[in-house]
Formats: sequence, structure tokens, C-alpha cells
Amino acid sequence: MKYELVIRNGLVLTPDGAQATDLAISDHAILAVGGSFDGAEEFDAHGAWVGPGLVDLHAHFREPGQEWKEDIRSGSEAAAAGGYTAVVAMPNTQPAVDSGHIARLIRDRSRQVGLCEIIPAGAITMAREGAVLSHLDELWEAGVRVFTDDGDSVSDTGLLRVAMEYLTERGAVIAQHAEDRSLAAGGHMHEGSLSSRLGMKGIPAEAEEVVVTRDLALTRLTGCRYHVQHVSSARTVQLVSASKAAGLPVTAEVTPHHLAFDDAAVGTLDPSFKMYPPLRSATDRDELRAALASGLIDAVATDHAPHSAFETEVPFEEAPRGVIGLETSAAAVLTYCHLDQVSFFDRLSVTPARIGQIDRHGRLVAPGEPANLTVIAPDEEWTVDAFRSKAENSPFRSLTLAGRVRATVFEGRLVHALVT
Amino acid sequence: MDQPAMKHLLSIADLDRGELEDLLHLAGEFAEVLERPIPKVPTLRGKTVATVFFEASTRTRLSFERAAKALSADVMTFAPGTSSVIKGESLKDTALTIRATGADLLVVRHEAVGAAARVASWLDCPVINGGDGAHQHPTQALLDSLTIRQRFGKLDGLRIGIVGDVRNSRVARSDIDAFTLLGANVTLIAPPTLLPRDLEGFPVSISHSLDEVIADLDIVYLLRIQMERGSGPGLPSLPEYVSRYGIDRGRLERMSPDAVVMHPGPINRGVEIAAYVADDPRALILDQVRNGVAVRMAVLFRLLGAS
Ligand SMILES: [Zn+2]
Repeated sequence: MKYELVIRNGLVLTPDGAQATDLAISDHAILAVGGSFDGAEEFDAHGAWVGPGLVDLHAHFREPGQEWKEDIRSGSEAAAAGGYTAVVAMPNTQPAVDSGHIARLIRDRSRQVGLCEIIPAGAITMAREGAVLSHLDELWEAGVRVFTDDGDSVSDTGLLRVAMEYLTERGAVIAQHAEDRSLAAGGHMHEGSLSSRLGMKGIPAEAEEVVVTRDLALTRLTGCRYHVQHVSSARTVQLVSASKAAGLPVTAEVTPHHLAFDDAAVGTLDPSFKMYPPLRSATDRDELRAALASGLIDAVATDHAPHSAFETEVPFEEAPRGVIGLETSAAAVLTYCHLDQVSFFDRLSVTPARIGQIDRHGRLVAPGEPANLTVIAPDEEWTVDAFRSKAENSPFRSLTLAGRVRATVFEGRLVHALVT
Repeated sequence: MDQPAMKHLLSIADLDRGELEDLLHLAGEFAEVLERPIPKVPTLRGKTVATVFFEASTRTRLSFERAAKALSADVMTFAPGTSSVIKGESLKDTALTIRATGADLLVVRHEAVGAAARVASWLDCPVINGGDGAHQHPTQALLDSLTIRQRFGKLDGLRIGIVGDVRNSRVARSDIDAFTLLGANVTLIAPPTLLPRDLEGFPVSISHSLDEVIADLDIVYLLRIQMERGSGPGLPSLPEYVSRYGIDRGRLERMSPDAVVMHPGPINRGVEIAAYVADDPRALILDQVRNGVAVRMAVLFRLLGAS
């Protein structure tokens, strides 16, 4: 019997641990692990890890509304090139994902493109304006499991409480871009010695911490699942840690750029280092690395935020917020955090899939499982120089990273493959 | 050892003491040129200086243009008066266009930190930072340093108090760099909300009370209070600020007899500086303005003159 796709010689992450073996795929599924197979298509994964396809809880695909920055096709291509088979798309599109039909539109477009599964996150409030609840039920019915006004915090405590109380029954997760608006107002970078020298208004880490502190109190009050987006400060990690110890349903994500850099990078005044929350101190960065390794931080999320060249060829303070990340995430994590194979796939696939309730992804490699896989050579060095994304606003551009995505399998098809 | 020639003037922090003193020396010579009956030299004939001011400032622009003309350079004025983003053209495209129009040097003022440095990174010609946000205004620091040298001979050991909104002041950041590089002892005098949040990287002392330190200062450097912002965040009210940090007759009398008052202008008469004080011979405000032309001639000459 000839299988549709055979992946040979990889170190395969199965429920029983990593095994050097071959696997066979047909009909969207892994049919066999271990054995001697013939494939219509074959991929040699010698020297590489094979594990569940990566899952991103946090990307901006800009469609509908800002397709000059990115669209679902180019975003999907970037995801596939970065080893991602499932992506939660943030709701700050134009219009925002505050109603069922917009969520369905994004799902339908992503199925047409067919390079990865895109699950829209839903806005908590209409137009993300923080005033009126969005159509939470419609969004849930359209497949939304993560609710967030990402880009802004929900600052009205009473309103957030209602959203959390309402969604508890559904089992949805409230994800918060934790940034106190008045403390962060006018800020462009971490508040510290460099912002003082540059004369740039800073955003203190406390802008994140006060929101997380309040939200954890609401989590206790409502019992709703709560997820902290792009943690930037070491004290936020401590807050999350204490709440987990107290048994609250709390999770947290960190971005590759907050793991890789600290605020010193802003000294270049290159907008590729401008993001919210901002890059913080070297101490914060080191704590984030340690917390990801220990599992205190549950997941890596890219916060992939594409912008066009004309938007970033401006002074730092006028540049839009955010940087791209899908194509460099796996390499950045391996370069700056040195995770072993089990921890790597846990933080970038298994756990984010569980947080986002994405059923067909984040499953260890075994017969009968959906064939969503990533092949990564953990030690292979490469220089970041070109992108499948429409945008190039990457802080990793021209850096040499260790860890390269060699292939991505989405629903049984090889959607990305580097031939040696 | 030969220094690599100065390519741009973006920040005082890019200069070493030798380069800074060279510019001041040259500026001193140009100050004499400006005293002549025909205050003009042919040095930069055929060169074109573009003043590119995204943020309105007639004074600084005029000073640069007067300096360029005194060196016989041609002047192009570009005053979009608004940020590149609002205008819809990227700063890079604006800069490339001005260069292609025939500018040999750009003087860039912008409300955003690092704008001049960004422009310099895109162009193959010298760029002078005419002020970027609250970051740097290097020619202001040069003219202040020259003014102090003319009065005191040197800056080494002088006690200079910079009073007011240091946090939001590019003048203060440039002056701190220049004054300390030249050996002066700088004290920042302001309420905590007008000081930089983090003072690491500022070799200065701090006081929250002008009255406590005023008798010990050789120079009281008053920063402009931004009236247009109202009292702004950081101050309870303007009258309270003036009563603690303004210079009136009483504080002038408590200054040492040789001490002077400086201000980058434009002054708010009767606010941070009493009308009476502004007209006192110990106020060097007009010397500062005059020296602005000379130091800008020196910088243009260093960046565009025959190498
Ligand atoms: Zn966010």
C-alpha cells in the first residue's frame, strides 16, 4: 500500500516520548508510526524534530479592512513557513470581529486558502470600544473560543465582570491585552533609564501589572478562564504564578520578541523594536525566559503584527505598534530559550491548542490523529532575510538564528517544505 | 590620532571633548566675522542647505538660514508644518525628495525623537538635528556653551543649575551632555514630575528647591515653561511653579554677584522669568541668540567645508 505522504528519519514526538522513526499519512490523518512505508510523496526529516503543528494564540491577519498590511492568504503562507498549522486571529480587523458573520467570513476565507486553520478571536465589546458587550453568543456559535479586545484593555471593570460571568458557563477564555490606558498614554517604550535619556515617554511595567491584578480579582469573583496576553514584566509572572497556586483558571503567553530582546534595542530607534507592551528590562527578559522554561508561562504567542514599509519609514514615535513573528517564532524560541523537544512542543503547540480549544491541533503524534505536523531542525542555523508575510517589520531581520522549520503538514498535505 | 571627520550633528553625546571644543573655537571665529561691516564669507558658495522643519520654529530656522547665507550657501526652506504621518508621505520619501531637489545638507526639526537620525540613515549627505522631540537640540547646547565661555572663559568647575521642565526638554538633555563634557557641575532643579524618571546616565545632582541652591550657582539656566500645555500633567498650577522655580527680583538678589541667568527662548516674560530680570545685564539671553548664528556657521562649515 502506498501512503499519500511519508516522513522519514525524524525524531517523532509520540505520547510515549521521542522516537526515531518514520510515519505514514493518508486521508488527513496519521495512519501509522514506525514501520516500513511507501509514500507518493516523501520527506526526509533526518536530524529534525517531528511534532504536532505549532499553534499561535495571537496573530493579526488584517483581513478584513487593512489588506495592504497582510491578508488571510499571505498570513497563512507566513504561518505555514513558520511551522504553524493553527492560528487564532485577533479581532481588531475593520470591522472588528464583534458579530458572528465577521467571524464566519474569516473562517471561510481561511478554508479557501487552506494552508492552516484560522480561528478568529472575538471582541469582548462592540467595535472594541469598551462600552457595550459584543454578540458573545453569535461569536461562540461561529466557533470563537477566545474573547479579547486585544490592542486595548477592557478598562470598565464592571463590564469586564459581566463578560466573564456570562462566558464562564460556555467555558470560553477571556484574553486580556493588559495595559492601563492612562498610565500608558503617550508612551512608546519601556519606562527606564533609556527612555529618560532619549526623552521618550515611557510605559512603566506597572501599566500591565495593575490591569492583571484587577483581572485576577475578577477571575476569582467569576471563575471565568483568564489568559494574559504577551506578558512583558517579571512581576506579572509572579502575579500569574500566585493565582495559579491558588487554583484560579489562569494562563499566560509570551512573545518571541520579549524573550529575545530588552529595551536597549530601542536605542537603535528602529520601529522594528516598537511594540505594546514594550520590550522591558534585561531582568524582565531573563525572568520571562525562565518562566517559559518552567511552564509558569504556558505558551508562546507571536503577536504577529504586520505593517507596510511606508508606515514604518517614519520616526519611532510615529510608527505603528507591533512586529511580525510567525516565520521566526520557533527559531527565536530555540535560540534564546533552549527548550528540549517535549517542552518546545508543549509551549508552542499542545498547551496553546488546549487554551484556545482547538481540537485538531496540538496532539502528540500517534496513529489516528489529524495530520497536522511540524518538522524542525533544532540546531540548523539560518539568517533571517526574506518573508512570506507582506510585511518586513521584524526585529529578527538579518539576525542568525538556530532552529529551522523544514516542513509543515496541514491536514495531511505538505504546505511548506525546504529541500536539502 | 586623527578623528574620522564629523558626518552629521545628531546628538551632543556623539561628540568627544576635542570635537566639541573645536566647534566652539570655530564658532568664536565666526562670531567675529559677524561683527564685520560685511558679515559674510564665500566659504560655502555653490552649496545648498535645506531647512526641513516639521515642527514650527521661526527662531531656530531663521538662525540656520542666516548662518548658511553668511557662508554664501543657498537656502531651501521646507516647512510642511505637520508630521509626515498626517501628510501621508513617509519621512523617508520626504527626505529623499528634498535631497534629490538639490540639497547638500538637511537641517531637520521634528517633534518625534530620533527623526534626524532616521533621515541621516537614509541619505548620503550630512544632516543636522535641529531638535527632535524631547531628545536633543545640539546647536542649542553649542550656543549655550559658547555664551558661557565668552563670559567665564571656560566651563570647568562652573556650577550650573538647570531649572524647570527637564523631563520634556531637548535643550536640557543637550546642555547636560555639553556642560558636563566641558567640565561643569550641573544641578537639575525641578519638582520630581518635571525631572527625568530615571537619572541613571545623567551625571548631575538634583534639587527640588531653587532657594536652597541659588546662592551657590554661577549660572541659572531657566527652561521655558510650556504655557500652551497649560500647567500640564506634572504641575499643580502655574502660579505655584512660578513661586518655587521662577526668577524674580528677590532671587536675582540672592544670586552671587557674578552669576548670570540664561534661557533658550522664547521667554515667557513674567512667568519663569520676571520682566525686570530679562532686561538685567546679568541675563545673557540676547547673547545666546547672537551666538546661535555663529555656532550654526561652525557646524555647517565643519560638515560642508572643504575637507
Ligand atoms: Zn496585544
